[in-house]
Amino acid sequence: MHVFVVLCRLAWRYLWRNHRRTIVMLSAIAIGAWAMIFMTALTRGMVDQMIVDGISVIPGHVLIHDPDYLDDPSVNNRVALSDAELDERFGGAGFAGWSSRVRVPAIVTSERESRGVTLLGIDPEAERSFAFFDYDDVDGRFLEAPDDKGVVLGAKLADTLETRVGKRVVLMSQDPDNEIADRGFRVVGLFHAEMDATEESFAFVGKRTAQDMLRIGDSVSEVVFVGDDYRDVEPVYEKVAALVDDSVRVSRWTEVDTYLGTMMGMMDGFMLIWVIVIFLALSFGLVNTLVMAVFERIREIGLMLALGMKPAMILGQIIIESMMLLAVGLLIGDVLAWVTIKPLEGGIDISIVAEGMEMFGASSTLYPSFDIDDVILANVVVMILGFLASLSPAWRASRYEPVEAITKV
Amino acid sequence: MTAVRCIDLCKTYRQGDQDIKALDHLSIDIEKGEFVCLMSPSGGGKTTLLNAIGGLDIPDSGEVWIADERIDQMSKGQLADLRLANIGFVFQAYNLIPVLSAQENVEFVMQVQGVPAAKRRDKSYAILEEVGLKGLETRRPAEMSGGQQQRVAVARAIVSRPELVLADEPTANLDSKTSAELMKLFTELNEHHNTTFIIATHDQRVQAYAKRLVRMLDGRIVGDAEQHAA
Repeated sequence: MHVFVVLCRLAWRYLWRNHRRTIVMLSAIAIGAWAMIFMTALTRGMVDQMIVDGISVIPGHVLIHDPDYLDDPSVNNRVALSDAELDERFGGAGFAGWSSRVRVPAIVTSERESRGVTLLGIDPEAERSFAFFDYDDVDGRFLEAPDDKGVVLGAKLADTLETRVGKRVVLMSQDPDNEIADRGFRVVGLFHAEMDATEESFAFVGKRTAQDMLRIGDSVSEVVFVGDDYRDVEPVYEKVAALVDDSVRVSRWTEVDTYLGTMMGMMDGFMLIWVIVIFLALSFGLVNTLVMAVFERIREIGLMLALGMKPAMILGQIIIESMMLLAVGLLIGDVLAWVTIKPLEGGIDISIVAEGMEMFGASSTLYPSFDIDDVILANVVVMILGFLASLSPAWRASRYEPVEAITKV
Repeated sequence: MTAVRCIDLCKTYRQGDQDIKALDHLSIDIEKGEFVCLMSPSGGGKTTLLNAIGGLDIPDSGEVWIADERIDQMSKGQLADLRLANIGFVFQAYNLIPVLSAQENVEFVMQVQGVPAAKRRDKSYAILEEVGLKGLETRRPAEMSGGQQQRVAVARAIVSRPELVLADEPTANLDSKTSAELMKLFTELNEHHNTTFIIATHDQRVQAYAKRLVRMLDGRIVGDAEQHAA
């Protein structure tokens, strides 16, 4: 321990011997750390938003389907459990939110246009807490009960169909016998979503009404469950899996929306690559600083060896010096990142590029996310890589022969 | 009791196309408490001998013993331990660690040795007072004269009471008055603490202080005589 104290004192003093060089290097590390964290916060915010938007549309963190439903989401592939059985199994299981729904492809036709949509037959009260839009923000009204006879369309879809609240549309799909199942609905509301694509894709009707139209009794296409955190769905998944048998398939949201699932997995990998790329740029400066610091004190290193310091202590001193430089630089960078990201967490309006962003599922507001895990990752990776980068100059310094080092001119 | 024993030491350096014999079958015994001055013109081998005795340089052949330990076969780590515990060094220049104050420089060896902080502090203040540097404890080397720096180096060399002090051209950068003061300090320490001093120099003024004068030429001892010190 006493040796560590000596080495720390020497390392710190030597760091500030050439304070101009140290300040330049500290600035580079701080800006590098800030760039790592800031860029990660922006990217993380964008991806998080895409995932949140995506999940809210699925919706649910864990889902139950017929085993063939994900390959063929037709009315024939329904969950082999009736509404009553679902209530019995999941009603008192203590989920944060759950709901069963009918979800089939359909065509909606106004008097002017037709469009393919996903028909969602829902229990409005059961889904209120995790719906991707606020029922109160709907133009007109939202569905009031499972047997509501109205339909709620997206505002964009209504534009396309040239219809509006109060007018009638026809929804058409297939029943289990592959016969046309259709019904006229009055448009009772228009919902708004972050993205036009969402507004164009869904038509909401009451679950009971959908079941009647499709002639499927009280069966449903899917059951959705919501947990506390979309990143950690295992507790919900395990709970659901324990309550069902092999007649249904239990999926995490990452399995249902593989694009978003892959995106979340890639995000961590992307972050690591980003951190490493920035560090590689920094490492040239770091190694150069250490090499210069060693080079200009070869005689002093020789003196220390002559006085009885072991080569390992010289090695340790140079590494500690590098670690101190990195630690201070990272600390400044972390604080800088926090100070610059926090005020932006309310959202950055990027509507100027909204159309381009929407192409890959992002909305027009970017919410940077200062995630402590990302900060820790950036710091740990830089410290580890910095340690590795400083090994070479430190090793060289420790290999000097004292008698040669002392006489070095 | 023998403090240093060198037996048949040889050391050859390559300089361009030439082989320079820095030590040529050199043998010498130095008793504990002796005050020895190694005299030679430049290139005579005195620094090489000093480095071999201090474990800073390994001879090509021969044996080096410090007290009853043979050091020429020791590892780098063992040599570092030996230097730390038993040998004090004073070099011609670049003697101090520039980022440490006078007191911290003196404490340095003790700190590496693991001496408790309070004891280190007391000893370093006392020794700095003994070498006449009271009041200059917080000064960095760059804020002191050459003579003061050498005194700090001497203080550091003797503060942990090593059995052996090796000094290589300690007066080379000093004026005659400061040189005399330094040599007087060496002789006092030699007498008061019975520390063995081996000083390599070609400064004629220094030899007057030595009790034993060893003359070297081309890596060999050409004269070895006791004398009455000044």
